[in-house]
Amino acid sequence: MGNLYTSTTFMEHNSHPDYKYEMDSPTHEHDGINPSCGDELTLQLRVEDGVIEEASFTGHGCAISQASADIMAELITGETVEEAKRLSGLFLAMIRGDELTEEDYEDLDEAAQLKDISHMPARVKCAELAWRTLDGML
Amino acid sequence: MIDIASNPYKADFPLLAGKPEIAFLDSGATAQRPACALDAQRRFYETMNANPLRGLYSLSVEATEAIAQVREQIARLLGAVDERGRATARDIVFTRNASESLNLVAKSFAPCVLEPGDEVAITIMEHHSNLIPWQQACRAAGATLVYLYPEQDGAITDKEIAAKVGPRTKIVAAGHVSNVMGVENPIAKLAEAVHAQGGYLVVDGAQSVPHMAVDVRALGADFYVFSAHKALGPMGIGVLWGRHELLEQMPPMLTGGEMIDSVTEQDAVWAPVPEKFEAGTQDAAGIYATGVALTYLTETVGYEAVAEREAALIAYAMERMAELPYVDIIGPAEAARHHGVISFNVRGIHPHDVASILDMSGVCIRAGHHCAQPLLTWLGVENLACCRASLAFYNDKSDVDRFVDGLATVWSTFNA
Repeated sequence: MGNLYTSTTFMEHNSHPDYKYEMDSPTHEHDGINPSCGDELTLQLRVEDGVIEEASFTGHGCAISQASADIMAELITGETVEEAKRLSGLFLAMIRGDELTEEDYEDLDEAAQLKDISHMPARVKCAELAWRTLDGML
Repeated sequence: MIDIASNPYKADFPLLAGKPEIAFLDSGATAQRPACALDAQRRFYETMNANPLRGLYSLSVEATEAIAQVREQIARLLGAVDERGRATARDIVFTRNASESLNLVAKSFAPCVLEPGDEVAITIMEHHSNLIPWQQACRAAGATLVYLYPEQDGAITDKEIAAKVGPRTKIVAAGHVSNVMGVENPIAKLAEAVHAQGGYLVVDGAQSVPHMAVDVRALGADFYVFSAHKALGPMGIGVLWGRHELLEQMPPMLTGGEMIDSVTEQDAVWAPVPEKFEAGTQDAAGIYATGVALTYLTETVGYEAVAEREAALIAYAMERMAELPYVDIIGPAEAARHHGVISFNVRGIHPHDVASILDMSGVCIRAGHHCAQPLLTWLGVENLACCRASLAFYNDKSDVDRFVDGLATVWSTFNA
């Protein structure tokens, strides 16, 4: 867990998120909240022919929720809805403490960094927020 | 001058002694327990365990006696004595926690006095435990819940009291010490104001009993509650003290065993106060251990030493925090007005991140809304959350140093 906050790439997603903006014409929009933390997030998608052409989010929260949302948006952009569903399933399983295969970790790419959150129950909800929101809208 | 570098108390607390890697600064949420209180719990089961009140044999009488003694001890602790200085032990009701005590007053006493159009006044600083029960009581009675707002430094002014406590006010409920701002509220003035209107004062002592001597008569309280677990005792024991004639007129909230005098097929006659409010078997071992914990707090250590040491620790912590320009303290600038509690934010960094990074160096603080969402909304705090370090006499200078050094690490982590 110590390394997340010291990981430059992870902290970069928090301080300079590329996918944090309001989209012009989303096809999907969904709010996610984390009442115990006060984290609030709106996820927007533009899906065309079953492919997520654009993904973005707005809202506020802790570094973990923000960076996790940015990493997710980057990961699912250009993927099919089916693949995005599979990835969010993998991520949520990983966060709950399940061991994934090497291949699955590779598929999660930067999101795999959040694996250690599973040892920090108090922060699981922060890491999950964007992914649960995605899961709820697809 | 108090020596906060040395710590004569730590060895009395098995968790603190056994985990030197921890700087425990969350006593406002729950205190650590001294070995004597832990031993007492075990001693009860090993040497005097029987169901209190029920049995006619001497072991049960001994258990009953043990509970009665704690009742008397707590009455004395709260200054609940009659004109001749005798503790009014019968006015001490055991519950599960301060929340349950406040619920008992709001659910059982409030309906006896609240009428449509009446007002209940509470401060915006209340813990949800002293807020939601009043929302419910007002809704049920057709009464209005009004709020007393402090100045930015946490002070509730005479003017605010005069503006909010008026002819329609039947109940004022206030925390003795705020769990977020750390300030002591002007309880005696609130008592005077509400009594002038023929109303009643309910005081939440959850954050005061662990730190300061309480005198319900001098304060003018009609009800006073606290939780044992914040005052070195076990979790699951709460206390309600009430003026006897008010407890008399209240119906029980729970009914069942041990709270009756007689029962027929269709009716029951309640036992006298306090048994009327204590349906079912109480946590007798917990109550016994609470007595031992409070003896440790008030006699072995003593409130004077507690206050002196905590004041020195708070002053030192605030002095060091003031060196960090990115730390904003919530509440009064004067250390002397913080009773064990310092709430703050680190500019631009979410409180949960602050707590997580501090946790990596073993520093335990609370971060979140502190069960005071209306207060944080009113304060306009970003994310509706803040950090809170809460101290007790068993902390020392090294705990504070690790905490403040940790804050510098938090800042550099985000501002490398």
